Amino acid sequence: MPYPEELKQLIKTVESTRVERVERKKKNEEVPFLSLDQRAEMLKYHPDVKEEGRRELMVGPSKGYRIAHEMADLLEARSRVDPAKIDLSKIDYETDVLVIGGGGAGTAAALYAKNNGAKVIIATKLRHGDANTMMAEGGIQAATKGHKDSPYFHYLDVMGGGHFKNVPELVETLVNKAPDAIKWLESLGCGFSKDADGTLRTIHGGGTSRKRMHYAADITGAEIMRTIRDEARNYPNDIHVIEFSPAVELILNDKGHCAGAVLYNLETEEYIIVKAKAVVMATGGCGRLHIQGFMTTNHYGATADGIVMGYRAGVGICFLHTVQYHPTGIVFPEQAEGILITEKFRGSGANLVNIDGQQFVNEREPRDVEASAIIKECIVNGKGIPTPTGKLGIWLDSPMIDMLQGEGTVEREFPGKFILYKRFGIDISKEPMLIYPTLHYQNGGLDFKNTGDTSVPGLFVGGEVGGGIHGENRLMGNSLLDIMVYGRIAGASAAAYIKEKYEDGALTLEHVVKYNKEADEAGVPEDRVAPMILPDYTDPRIRERQLTAHYVGTLR
Amino acid sequence: MSTTNEGSGAVAAKVEAKLIPIHVMGKRYEVPESLTIMKAIEYAGYKYIRGCGCRGGVCGACSTVYRKPGDYKIYTGLACQTVVEPEMYLTQLPFYPALRTTYEFSELEGKPEEIFELYPELFRCVACNACTKVCPMDVEVLDYISALKRGDIKAAAEISFDCIQCGLCASRCFAEMPQYHIAQLARRINGAYLTPRAEHLKTMVANIEAGRFAEGLNELKAMDTDTLKKTYQERELEPATAGDDWTPKDTRYL
Repeated sequence: MPYPEELKQLIKTVESTRVERVERKKKNEEVPFLSLDQRAEMLKYHPDVKEEGRRELMVGPSKGYRIAHEMADLLEARSRVDPAKIDLSKIDYETDVLVIGGGGAGTAAALYAKNNGAKVIIATKLRHGDANTMMAEGGIQAATKGHKDSPYFHYLDVMGGGHFKNVPELVETLVNKAPDAIKWLESLGCGFSKDADGTLRTIHGGGTSRKRMHYAADITGAEIMRTIRDEARNYPNDIHVIEFSPAVELILNDKGHCAGAVLYNLETEEYIIVKAKAVVMATGGCGRLHIQGFMTTNHYGATADGIVMGYRAGVGICFLHTVQYHPTGIVFPEQAEGILITEKFRGSGANLVNIDGQQFVNEREPRDVEASAIIKECIVNGKGIPTPTGKLGIWLDSPMIDMLQGEGTVEREFPGKFILYKRFGIDISKEPMLIYPTLHYQNGGLDFKNTGDTSVPGLFVGGEVGGGIHGENRLMGNSLLDIMVYGRIAGASAAAYIKEKYEDGALTLEHVVKYNKEADEAGVPEDRVAPMILPDYTDPRIRERQLTAHYVGTLR
Repeated sequence: MSTTNEGSGAVAAKVEAKLIPIHVMGKRYEVPESLTIMKAIEYAGYKYIRGCGCRGGVCGACSTVYRKPGDYKIYTGLACQTVVEPEMYLTQLPFYPALRTTYEFSELEGKPEEIFELYPELFRCVACNACTKVCPMDVEVLDYISALKRGDIKAAAEISFDCIQCGLCASRCFAEMPQYHIAQLARRINGAYLTPRAEHLKTMVANIEAGRFAEGLNELKAMDTDTLKKTYQERELEPATAGDDWTPKDTRYL
């Protein structure tokens, strides 16, 4: 919807200071960059450093680790289903490899398990391909141009982005296998943007020392996802996809190996037993937990289910104390809430201004500093702009770009966003955008090795659900790469494990019983179950009237 | 200090949205006028299982068909991108059955005849243009189907590039064909067989397999954090304005 009258009035304040701000910009009279000390001071407002935003885990292999309440709530919760009620002798499906998650990592894993001789089941919560992979716009990093780049420089960039805390072996494999991942996608017909002679086009991303971001127009993730999904669909006898049936619990066997999972059919509400010789966990991230109340760029299904299941089965977690927030997400219009506004707007000259039309930070500070400054301005200084849905935002003054670089620049350089806003009746070359930081990426996850192995034999990890590759902060273009590299590795490793190390045994959910007991003993409140599966956006006033107390037939 | 972004009483000029009536599968609900169809349905008390995906307009899960009172036209849109209108009556179409053939992609040669054999229903098209009219992404569906009939795979791939595979085209097709599956095949053939492969990519993969960069990476892995930080800070940066043929001064690790 267009800006309502109340916001149009507030935009007049932005307009009243715009000419002067444009003049200053032309003279390079910028708001000074913060010193390192001032940055450290500002970062006290970053959600990651907010001590009251996290707490020590009371149970499980990483007990004592301080992570976000929203994640801890899930990790400490009881099972969705009483393990004693599940009859593990009634097996519904039997397969070689069970892949949990039908996004980019899961689909790549399924194809590589199949290529290595395994029969595969993909169990996915929504449709095959419903994943953050589909939403990734920017690109995929890989050092493919030998005259100026190599895995050496890619490695350095990844480490620098992650605050030098990344697991070195995971990074080494990521950068070494990156070009081969692109080559594989190219062979499947993925439509990367190329020059006429086949040279892949590459650009810079934040924190890259060489232009190594490959892309397919501005829908790179969607192009990758629809290509590999199409390939997986060519082998219905080898890759069986079960949609709308998320896994809710891993099954182990009496030797302690991972041996399948309990699925939950969302539509019939049945629990389903899948016995597998190996399992690949590829459930993605956690944006829909709305950590600290933040909106998110993430898919509807990004609820950290795999971390919950893996953790209960005994796999530790790492780097979950950090979450990536992008400083500029749309906060109005409400229908576009959470969607990213690229850094390029600020790079092209658009100021960030408050309700008084005043600047409060240089618009080209690092992401975490910029996000902190916006949060501080809204919450502490009370200078945020109120939206019709009761949120706060800051103006990103895009009309400045046309004034600085000539009329038509915004429409030409930002066609996607120009059209998006135009559909809502807002012309961003004439009116500013309302933004706020948005929850973007789960930097951490389950502990795993560069072979995809975890501490539980037979359980492999691929993609955002794993932690360590990106350290404390992921660079743009390395998440699509992560899922392609580690999805393929997890699938191939699972297939190899079946041939070399697999041992059959009696199925058990004893680890779940034990985990629930540990939660009882730690005094965890009994009001929660996990995995969450889907977020609940029901209006609270409606929820107050949803009073049915017991499950009676089909009526809850 | 709270970082939760919720407007409080202290906020000036809190704006309240007006409620308007919409009809979800014929049933009337009052919802805030500013919401998308998706959020309005959730506001009304529904919880999505089907018909909801990325919530950002790229996944094709939430195709919606609607009409307006006194208007003969069928309107379509994505529930996550379309704002509610007073008295609109709507249904979502989260799934539509469509035949998809299977093929061994690596054995294809990239000829139009291969597509004709896999999807002969292509020639049942009567050019009625219902597919284009119904597309929520404004893809010129009929144009790419016509291009394919002419054997122009490249044009079909380019015209269909923005397709999100929601299936609305197939739902309205007089010829009963699965346009979006055919377009996917065309795009893959174009990408793999009608576009030259990247030579520099082949070379790099071969160099990595030959172990060319192993020593440099081992050096980096063995570095203490301070040395690594110094190496990082001193690394040469390709200028933003440089052309693709730019080369660094330090070529030791290339």
